[in-house]
Amino acid sequence: MSAVATSPVRICDVTGRRIHRSAEQLVKANAVVAVVALLVGIIAALLLVLTRWQAVHLLPPTWYYRLLGVHGMNMLIFFIIFFEMAVLWFAATVLLNARPAAPRLGWVNFGVMLLGSLMVEWAQWSGRADVLYTSYPPLKAHPVFYLGVILFAVGALLVTCQFFATLVIARRERTYEGSLPLVVYGAMTAAIIAVITLVHGAMTYIPTFLWSIGLIAMPDPQVYRMLWWALGHSAQQINVAAMVAIWYMLGALTVGAVVLNEKVSRSAFVLYILFISMASAHHLLVDPGFGPAWKIVNTSYFMYMAVLASMVHGFTVPAGMELGMRLRGYTDGLFGWLRRAPWGDPGFSSLVLSVVVFGFVGGITGVTLGTEQINIIAHNTMRIPGHFHSTVVSGTALAFMGATYYLLPLVFRRRVAFWKLARIQPYLFSGGMLLLVLGMTFAGSFGVPRRHWDISFSQAPFDVPFNPAVDIFLAVMGIGGIIAFLGGLSFILIAVKSVFFGEPLPEITRGVEMHGVPRGLTHPPVHAPDADERNAALHDPARGIAGATPGTLVLVAVFLLAFVVYYFANWKLLSFLWKIG
Amino acid sequence: MLTKVHTGLDPVPGIWWRPAHKSEKVWVAIAFAWCMVLFAMMPLWHFRGGQNPAGVRTRVDPRAFHERTMEFAAQYKVGEDRGTPIVQPPPGADVYLTALTYSWYPILQLVAGKEYMLHISSRDMNHGFSLYPMNINFQIIPGYDYALRVTPTEAGDFRIVCNEFCGIGHHAMVGRMIVVDSTGAEVADNASARVLGGASR
Repeated sequence: MSAVATSPVRICDVTGRRIHRSAEQLVKANAVVAVVALLVGIIAALLLVLTRWQAVHLLPPTWYYRLLGVHGMNMLIFFIIFFEMAVLWFAATVLLNARPAAPRLGWVNFGVMLLGSLMVEWAQWSGRADVLYTSYPPLKAHPVFYLGVILFAVGALLVTCQFFATLVIARRERTYEGSLPLVVYGAMTAAIIAVITLVHGAMTYIPTFLWSIGLIAMPDPQVYRMLWWALGHSAQQINVAAMVAIWYMLGALTVGAVVLNEKVSRSAFVLYILFISMASAHHLLVDPGFGPAWKIVNTSYFMYMAVLASMVHGFTVPAGMELGMRLRGYTDGLFGWLRRAPWGDPGFSSLVLSVVVFGFVGGITGVTLGTEQINIIAHNTMRIPGHFHSTVVSGTALAFMGATYYLLPLVFRRRVAFWKLARIQPYLFSGGMLLLVLGMTFAGSFGVPRRHWDISFSQAPFDVPFNPAVDIFLAVMGIGGIIAFLGGLSFILIAVKSVFFGEPLPEITRGVEMHGVPRGLTHPPVHAPDADERNAALHDPARGIAGATPGTLVLVAVFLLAFVVYYFANWKLLSFLWKIG
Repeated sequence: MLTKVHTGLDPVPGIWWRPAHKSEKVWVAIAFAWCMVLFAMMPLWHFRGGQNPAGVRTRVDPRAFHERTMEFAAQYKVGEDRGTPIVQPPPGADVYLTALTYSWYPILQLVAGKEYMLHISSRDMNHGFSLYPMNINFQIIPGYDYALRVTPTEAGDFRIVCNEFCGIGHHAMVGRMIVVDSTGAEVADNASARVLGGASR
């Protein structure tokens, strides 16, 4: 892949950072495996979407349920977590100019994670683990499935420990001055949540494994659901924290986004750590094992403190971009900074689409569906996958794709292959996912169940004549799914071609457009030398509440309005039901 | 006081615990207020709203629950459809519904406007209770009796779809629930229902 390592350190000619080759190799290996898992995941996704699109109904039931499990594990566990391991290695070493802690152990952990994933793949593909992603007992899989997950989790936990050790090394060896950069702070947040998550993973899978080999009695199905979701939902919060860190990173790289206030952004990350694992309750709102007080306190992350955190980032990320652009001279009007942003830079378009879809669709639906009573009209319907595809796919996965367009030149030292395709890939992927999400959400509003092979109920004793509108929504989902598949496949092609067959990165001349090099690298968004004075002028109290970022204030006001309308519309819908209590 | 202009990639020298700018403070305050509204709505709906997942929740032996359901079905049986008894309990009664792979037992016949105590549980797997076309959804877990006070608001011929994966026959697991109006008029029978078991694949 890269030239023979002669020195353990190289100096990046774009950013001037000291990059340790041993860390760089770990970033590469984890990223490559992540992309392979993504490939398996999107092939399964295409087949699934073509089955749920009732007019096509491609797969037989066995393979539908089997691939549903494969899709879940590859996307939500293997792709995301391998990529996050790459992010952790990158953030702790490259961003801090530090050497990695115990790189050999890093390779052992990588190997353990890989072995675990292969065991899970074997169990699933061979039909020994048709228990879907959640594997709720009494459904029982082959012991190899549970053991594979345990190995994977142990490997990931150890890498997380190495991340913390690397932070200590960087601090001791004084590779940077002052406090951690915000992006690394965000990655650290993700790592801390990962520890919480993986501990719950152990509490879930170790008893289940022992049960599967006959050593202990079956775990209580309700307790399992609670612990499993403390793994399953918290894992998504690792993604959220990692994604927000990448938002700050891409903002800095593409438009020179500034941090408005470290206190505000860091406090928001701390709120994630404190409250986010309570979200297990989102999945248990209409379960028989818990009372209303438990459900209300937990589903709301103790009074919505983690939602507050996301709403804070939802302001500070675009506001940082706006201020960064204004400080570089794009000061015209409310939205001049947005209109004149580098929309052709896939790093930038990924960032914006990720923020918008995650916030407007994923965030709003998530809080609404996670409301105790509203969950009655959402639980296990297609509204649920509609929600999480807009967070973890259109949000996290797209942010990771955007980051990849910068990692390819910066870490892999390659031009981005198929550059024209790369420039439209974020739009293709995000547009397709948006259609898929809308189709799923509206179909789910009519009561169409998730994880269901046949909503024509051709084998059922009684007919269930869904509203004909459902066929249209499922077609929208199907078409969106195909477009998103093409967007995902484009990303994989670009990444694989660049990494394995790509042109080495030539020397970058600042200010000259280059094929296959994102604009943030050829035209680094440097602030003017008098940025501090300009900043002080923009923050002049005479400018009132709108302050330095009036455009963002308008955007978040629109967001809040959409949130309020959607939220109360759902209460209204709920009130039409039978009386239940 | 403002820190120097920097991005999220830069280490922050010195003390970064500085007062936020006014626009940030305003947004945080608005977001916090909205979070309090979100939080208050749930307890409020328990007092003022008609739809809550509270119910009465108890542990139960799955076999005992199934037996109790069969006893209940024998007591109030008024008919039969595809071999499953149609059961009409008196208003106000405790009503039992068992989910078992891959069917619902029995077929309940309720009167609109009357309250019932609906007990739902499972004989074997996790199942999902999804009342079509009302889109009312509850999780069913073996070993747990979820008793909900329900008052059907309108007459009709309803379906119960399983929406939690329970095995390879999951998609065929559909039950029936009938609601007659309070005048006692017969509801349209299940003429549109077809028996298509094993028709394809």
